[in-house]
Amino acid sequence: MSAHDGSMRLAVTDRASSRADHYRLASGIRAFERMLLDQFATGRIGGTTHTCIGQEVTAVAVTAALERERDCVFSNHRGHGHFLAYCGEIFGLLAEIFGRSDGVCGGRGGSQHLHRRNFYSNGVQGGSVGNAVGVALAEKRKRSGAVTCAWLGDGTFGEGVVYEAMNIASLWRLPIVFTIEANGIAQTTPTGMQLAGSIAARCRAFDIPVEEVSGRDLAEALAAAAHAIDATRSETRPHAIISHAARLGPHSKGDDTRDAAQLEVAWAHDPLVMLRGQIGRAADAIDRDIAVLMQDALARASEATA
Amino acid sequence: MTVLASLNSGLRAALAADGHVIVIGEDVLDPYGGAFKVTRGLATAFPDRVLTTPISEAGIVATATGLALRGFRPVVEIMFGDFLFLAGDQIVNHAAKYRAMFNEQVRVPLVIRAPSGGRRGYGPTHSQSLEKHFLGVPGLWVVAPHSLGDPGALLRQAIFDVDDPVLFIENKIGYGEALLREAPPYEIVTLADHAAPFPTIWLRPPGPCDGLLACYGGSVRFALDAAAVLREREQLNLGLVVVTQLSPTPASHLEAILRNGAPAAVVAIEEAPAEAGWGAEIIASIEQIRDTHRLGAIAYRRVGANAAVIPSARTLEDAVLPRTEDIVAAVLDCF
Repeated sequence: MSAHDGSMRLAVTDRASSRADHYRLASGIRAFERMLLDQFATGRIGGTTHTCIGQEVTAVAVTAALERERDCVFSNHRGHGHFLAYCGEIFGLLAEIFGRSDGVCGGRGGSQHLHRRNFYSNGVQGGSVGNAVGVALAEKRKRSGAVTCAWLGDGTFGEGVVYEAMNIASLWRLPIVFTIEANGIAQTTPTGMQLAGSIAARCRAFDIPVEEVSGRDLAEALAAAAHAIDATRSETRPHAIISHAARLGPHSKGDDTRDAAQLEVAWAHDPLVMLRGQIGRAADAIDRDIAVLMQDALARASEATA
Repeated sequence: MTVLASLNSGLRAALAADGHVIVIGEDVLDPYGGAFKVTRGLATAFPDRVLTTPISEAGIVATATGLALRGFRPVVEIMFGDFLFLAGDQIVNHAAKYRAMFNEQVRVPLVIRAPSGGRRGYGPTHSQSLEKHFLGVPGLWVVAPHSLGDPGALLRQAIFDVDDPVLFIENKIGYGEALLREAPPYEIVTLADHAAPFPTIWLRPPGPCDGLLACYGGSVRFALDAAAVLREREQLNLGLVVVTQLSPTPASHLEAILRNGAPAAVVAIEEAPAEAGWGAEIIASIEQIRDTHRLGAIAYRRVGANAAVIPSARTLEDAVLPRTEDIVAAVLDCF
């Protein structure tokens, strides 16, 4: 059934892709996450998940700036967007979360523990950042020219291992980009209640240059990511990208404790809506295609395993 | 040759045999050569593959795990086994998990060496034997060298022959012990198989065996001493089961020994407090084998440290850690 599965794939993007192509991928990630939340709500899937609603454009922009054939990605608990931006495999991810043997990790990993080619993720905060440093060291020693992208959130900056990892990465001049999604909230705790000083200053303390973006504008994020990734590769030293895209959805499933007014403000700056506005009427057809793709993937994942 | 020299030459041979072997740890460079000198000379011989690190146990194991995921075979030195918990999340939730949770699509060939144990007056936080907390972790091997085997060969086996993380527990006092090529009056029987590749040394006494002393690492010499005392003073004929693979429990080795005849007594000896320890697991495994094969009843005892923080003063430390007399008393208590 590989041809069938292969069709259930979002086309990934690179630096040369059109805005419409980036929109298709970002909108596809949003649709995937919404479908997942629906499936959890109706009890068709169990366990847990962390969706990236609001942060899709950052995932698409940073991943588009990577060299997909050789670069490595180490993602975290909120990694569906990173994964889909990397390989577009909707069915493989959905099947994984459905616990199917044809999921990307045979149903053993689930939402937070994904692996495909040079993509890895782990659900424990901070630890995977250290693993990403090791991946970067491996690629440097192999002289592969690969950059490793480590995804982490602002909440993850509470973990000590993050600083051990940043110190080693800078000390040993490793080709790693720390991509920080400062979405403003750690589960239910606002960043202002859990983080002193600033993330940028913490990075700079390790002599790691920082690119900071709003996370609302694809072009801005893509340019910053391209700059950081190119500099990481050419200088063989770590860089950081900080995106301030807000998490618009719940931490997990229906556990959002923010009040309606606060969420309304956040939704008013939805990066996906901004990107949609930039491509005009073409978005309608793209969204119709995506809706069909999601339905097909869901139908296939609901069939018995072959 | 000492255990220390054997480990050092084993590491050197591993570095020479495969360019993917990388030694990582705190203060491992020459002329210091690591806190216990296991890495002495290696940085001089292989300057590009012996990496000294910040004081960052979690970061070191995390980095080594990433290296292992991408095809290297790193060997981490944790300066004192007491610091393993600083890397505990990395060992349990990262290194030991990846192979299974990524559905066998990756391997993590990582060795974490941890000098452990007391009797040197290093006090409460630099003298412990914490390996029991890492037993029974799926995806993690726990191995301990000793003077009856070949520690350097064992280390090479851990580096090259398994593709999973191995916690390699070295006893600090044991470093200075000479390797024993023979152990009269015992016959040395080596047991190893696919399920339990790290060898168990069975010291088989001449004549009928009254009981077995199960031990590993730093407890081996105390078990040997106790067996000699009991042979001379009490005419008890004891065998030793010197385990190298602490986890998973080498049940196949235990079964092979028991099928040779069930002993009347089994005493399990470890340096850590015996409660919820390695000895309890060994005894449970032996009892299950005994029951399955309908062998005669066995009297069991555990010997370990007092359930106490290890004091710094040597005399106080000696009173807490298990001694030869404790083993002798436990054996006599069985009869």
